[in-house]
Amino acid sequence: MLRNLKWRLIFYAAVTVFAVLLFLPTLTPELPAWFYKIIPTEKVHLGLDLQGGMHLILEVQAEKAVESYVERVKNNLRDDLRDKAVPVGKLEREKSNQIVLEVSGEKGKWEKILSQRYGFMQELSSTALDKGIWRVVLVLDSRQAEQIRKGAIDQALETIRNRIDQFGVAEPEITLQGTDRILIQLPGIKDPQRAIDLIGRTALLEFKLVDEEGNLDEALKGNPPEGSIILYQRQVDPKTGGVKKTPFLLKEKTLMTGEVLKDARVTIDTQFNEPYVALEFDDIGAKLFEQITGANVKKRLAIILDDHVYSAPVIQERIAGGRAQITGRFDMKEAGDLAIVLRAGALPAPVKILEQRSVGPSLGQDSIRKGVISTLVSAAMVALFMIFYYRVSGAIADIALILNILFVMGTLAIFRATLTLPGIAGLVLSIGMAVDANILIHERIKEELRWGKTVRAAIDEGYRRAFITILDSNLTTLFAALFLYQFGTGPVKGFAVTLSIGLLANIFTAVYVTRWAFDFLTLKVKVKKLSI
Amino acid sequence: MELIRPNTRFDFIGKKKFTIWVSTIALLLSLGSIFLHKGLKYGVDFAGGILIQIKFSQAVDISQVRNAMEAMGSKDAMVQKFGGENEFLIRVEKTGEDLEGMSKKIQASLQERFKDKTLEIRRVEVVGPKVGKDLKTKALWAVGLSFAAILVFVAWRFKQVSYGLGGIAALVHDIIVTYGAISIAGLEYSLSLMAVILTIIGFSINDTIVIFDRVRENVKKMRKENLETIFNVSINETLGRTILTSGTVMMVVLILFFFGGPVIHDFALTLIVGLISGTYSTIYVASPVVLLWNKHFTRKKKR
Repeated sequence: MLRNLKWRLIFYAAVTVFAVLLFLPTLTPELPAWFYKIIPTEKVHLGLDLQGGMHLILEVQAEKAVESYVERVKNNLRDDLRDKAVPVGKLEREKSNQIVLEVSGEKGKWEKILSQRYGFMQELSSTALDKGIWRVVLVLDSRQAEQIRKGAIDQALETIRNRIDQFGVAEPEITLQGTDRILIQLPGIKDPQRAIDLIGRTALLEFKLVDEEGNLDEALKGNPPEGSIILYQRQVDPKTGGVKKTPFLLKEKTLMTGEVLKDARVTIDTQFNEPYVALEFDDIGAKLFEQITGANVKKRLAIILDDHVYSAPVIQERIAGGRAQITGRFDMKEAGDLAIVLRAGALPAPVKILEQRSVGPSLGQDSIRKGVISTLVSAAMVALFMIFYYRVSGAIADIALILNILFVMGTLAIFRATLTLPGIAGLVLSIGMAVDANILIHERIKEELRWGKTVRAAIDEGYRRAFITILDSNLTTLFAALFLYQFGTGPVKGFAVTLSIGLLANIFTAVYVTRWAFDFLTLKVKVKKLSI
Repeated sequence: MELIRPNTRFDFIGKKKFTIWVSTIALLLSLGSIFLHKGLKYGVDFAGGILIQIKFSQAVDISQVRNAMEAMGSKDAMVQKFGGENEFLIRVEKTGEDLEGMSKKIQASLQERFKDKTLEIRRVEVVGPKVGKDLKTKALWAVGLSFAAILVFVAWRFKQVSYGLGGIAALVHDIIVTYGAISIAGLEYSLSLMAVILTIIGFSINDTIVIFDRVRENVKKMRKENLETIFNVSINETLGRTILTSGTVMMVVLILFFFGGPVIHDFALTLIVGLISGTYSTIYVASPVVLLWNKHFTRKKKR
């Protein structure tokens, strides 16, 4: 038994030292280099409600990716049919995944084009209208559509990651939640609005030709020529702050997108001392750009970002080398952010902000300070009370409580858990139950002593009986917590995690560690009377 | 040191004719208040909307902030004082489409309007209606399923369905009473109050099990006594522990209530109600349910 006592002490001490080592990186960043080689350096993170920072939940509107895919197919289809001299009347996208077209001429000819080159668009119906005109409805293959949706979400996640990396945030957390939601946590961020603009921007860069023949006034009245659209250029007057909107009539077909960008950076115009964004295309992009400019000399090429025209310069000559620029009245910060989003790439579909929370760093500190102070005060009160009421046994219980907190913190650190307000509630509950466990044991031992048992026997019986109670109540709560974890969301999960870890630590410290202390007192110190 | 003398025999269970009215009135008051207020007052977390917390470093009257909000055409915005001096909460309970844009607009126009003062935007929460609804339904499911788990586990451990039912009845009682208190005090049901409800569930079931456990032990020892006496003895035997544990926890919560700052204030208040209810419900909800069940549905074997 005495030998046993020694080994138990060594075991508990080892566990304690291990827990402290695990928890150390959370407390201080300044640890010697050798430390990082042997101990996992994961930390317990403070949730944004405690630390300050921003929390965002975005929904990727993946259906929009399908929509723009079908839109592109529609534009290609128009060109194809025209090339093959098939007379085509109405040609429109319907819903997100359908194309309705009216064609005439030889039936076999257009049917062949559709089946050969547009096999992924299934023919939903084709009806003969009068005068040999056919009305055909095509729908995007559902598997293909699903793939586009999934691809869009993956790519959005990747793109947002890239943007945040380039924006420079320490320890960002970007994860997929459910099927189409992205959870973003940016601790300690100073300018949340700027981050939102940067993350939420679609940043779709497009090059389109200006429709020189069409009548802009007529188009503004609501009848744009077939295959043309109106987009606006927004110019903010820096003096008055007024916004001027200039309409442009553009060919609907996109000649090139930002996909072929290799780099984008801010450059200062030496003439006007204004920043602009210089674009550099990759090889494919450079060739494409050369082709486009070569074929459209003296026409105007509009540079469009998220459906806003930025500029529409006249192409003077074929441009080789793959360079272009976006000008506008930017300030340095705007131009810098624009370069970041262009470099990181466009979002394949727009995102919608479902939830945004930002806590300023001072508020986070305030709530931490008040929380820490009141927690320390109450912990001290509980500890003092235990000693006052249970004397030496109370001191043992206090040590067990401290170990309990250490074990929980160590475990939270390995799991890289984030401590939030609900998480702290779970921790407090588990500590409350730890106090209860100690009280249960002590009261039971006292009861057994009252019935005239010897100190040894009272301790044995007290622990044996109290253990059943503690196990029952802790296990019941643990089961409930596991269900909360399995079926709850964010905050409920946070509560369940700290509670579960706390309960497990509780069974260990309250039942086994304190038992060692009592055994030590009775077997080694050989106390005749228990201070309880 | 001894708080409760051994062989203390308060007739707890004997008072149940009286306490059944206490429970009934508490439940009716709670449900009545929730009903009259047309449900709980959900905060931004659950209802969706915008919450902005601002702090000025100079003296600013609340009416100035209200005027600013009205001037920008945001009539449904509620402004209230929060915590310390010159700190305000602005709340917009709109669940329209462009909440994000609206929040941006409010922040910008506040900055503009109070240009001559230092304004710190301390907290912004924009929650779309979908997220709040999701959170509500998922939390409800999670709690419901965890209750089922408790019911099954307790019934299995105590070899009788009645114990599981008693535990759950006490939990339902506590939750209703706590929600009632939230409703009567006019608190806003937010994430942190949901955490309180979860904490109360944990505390209450723990308290119930401790006494059930003693009953299970005493049933074996006191074969001749009827179950009502056994419950009474068990409650008395564990009374010291009940007072110590509830007392310690209450002490902690009271400290949080008085010193925890405005964020923790509502949290602590709700917890106080829940703790009292949780302790009470063990004796006067969980135990009577077990007794009643055994009286009516279980064959009398030996007793």
